[in-house]
Amino acid sequence: MKKIYPDAAAALDGLTFDGMTVMSGGFGLCGIPENLIVALRDSGVKNITAISNNAGVDDFGLGLLLQTRQIKKMISSYVGENKEFERQFLAGELELEFNPQGTLAERCRAGGAGIPGFYTRTGVGTMIAEGKEHKEFAGETYILETGLIANLSIVKAWKADEQGNLIYRKTARNFNPLMAMAGEVTVAEVEEIVPLGVLDPDCIQTPGIFVQRLILGEHEKRIEQRTIRERENA
Amino acid sequence: MPWDRNQMAERAAQELEDGFYVNLGIGIPTLVANYIGENIDVTLQSENGMLGMGPFPYEDEIDPDLINAGKQTITELRRTSYFSSADSFAMIRGGHIDLAILGAMEVSEKGDLANWMIPGKLVKGMGGAMDLVAGVKRVVVVMDHTSKNGDPKLLHECSLPLTGKEVVDMVITNLGVFGIDRGKSMSLIELAPDVAVDEIKAKTQADFDVAL
Repeated sequence: MKKIYPDAAAALDGLTFDGMTVMSGGFGLCGIPENLIVALRDSGVKNITAISNNAGVDDFGLGLLLQTRQIKKMISSYVGENKEFERQFLAGELELEFNPQGTLAERCRAGGAGIPGFYTRTGVGTMIAEGKEHKEFAGETYILETGLIANLSIVKAWKADEQGNLIYRKTARNFNPLMAMAGEVTVAEVEEIVPLGVLDPDCIQTPGIFVQRLILGEHEKRIEQRTIRERENA
Repeated sequence: MPWDRNQMAERAAQELEDGFYVNLGIGIPTLVANYIGENIDVTLQSENGMLGMGPFPYEDEIDPDLINAGKQTITELRRTSYFSSADSFAMIRGGHIDLAILGAMEVSEKGDLANWMIPGKLVKGMGGAMDLVAGVKRVVVVMDHTSKNGDPKLLHECSLPLTGKEVVDMVITNLGVFGIDRGKSMSLIELAPDVAVDEIKAKTQADFDVAL
């Protein structure tokens, strides 16, 4: 089975439907599937439940799908960088479910691993715990969180081979390998596709079984907070 | 004289020990990295997936694939490792991180922490804060002693929604340092220079012992 598609639109063909759940990898704007987000927008699909740690910025990343009102609900841990998000949320046009970041990551990992729920200390005694099962283990209280799966996961990696084996680069890894596992269908975009045998099998971070479709993307890699230090004069 | 932001960070850096793995929050906690003693070896964790966080890059070193949890560009060190968000929070929730230094809006005398939302105002989200306070072995809060209006931030009970219940071990304010026996009591253990206990009492709602 050939996994490589000619472009992002072709890679999403037949996968989108109104009301679908989509996981989108990345942390801030780092390691987001830029090309697939644009293709998802252009597909015109509506009422998306988007699971992503953040919501992009107004004109980049998932912000593009907010502009066009294609997202009905977001499941995220932090959305502070997006003014359009703020406006839609305050106007009651957008549903929002906050998850602690570690809970969100583990929900994706668990969902992809066939684990329907897990107990965690995170959120005990806070509003996050309201309505959730509480259980004691060795005298400590934990709450039940559920695994997440998505109809479609879109992820970004650095390199892939023709089997869809993926490796990531630096902190652009973040949620991508977890979401790749949790998609009923996972589409990956990468900066380079190499022939089989080029990637060191010991260094594969997402085995190709988790990736059904693959494209070569072009990446702007926008930076949110450009922080630098000055060289001292020698 | 009360401590300024840098002096609060410098005081917080005294809580670091050789060999510690540490997570620093945004704001004053970030400044703590500037005061790590030369004779101790500390590894900084960034919860977006990195151990061994280096300083900001020079202009020609900027790498969009290399950011910290505040989305700032940073650099790696020779000790650096990268990992997924699930592994990152396994470190945090599994109790492998020795110390977290965080900012706060309110702390209660039993160690409850509120630092993620103000009802009626825009909620940006808790990010990794709830995981950090639930999982890291020791939690130190660095914050101003009172709000901008002069209201106490050390309270009997937090008025804002909690980030964690009975999770704080120490609070460093611009006026002094408090130790907390989680779930039990708070003690004033140190004063900033020329700050009197009476001034602290006047600006604190929480009950505390004086153990200077």
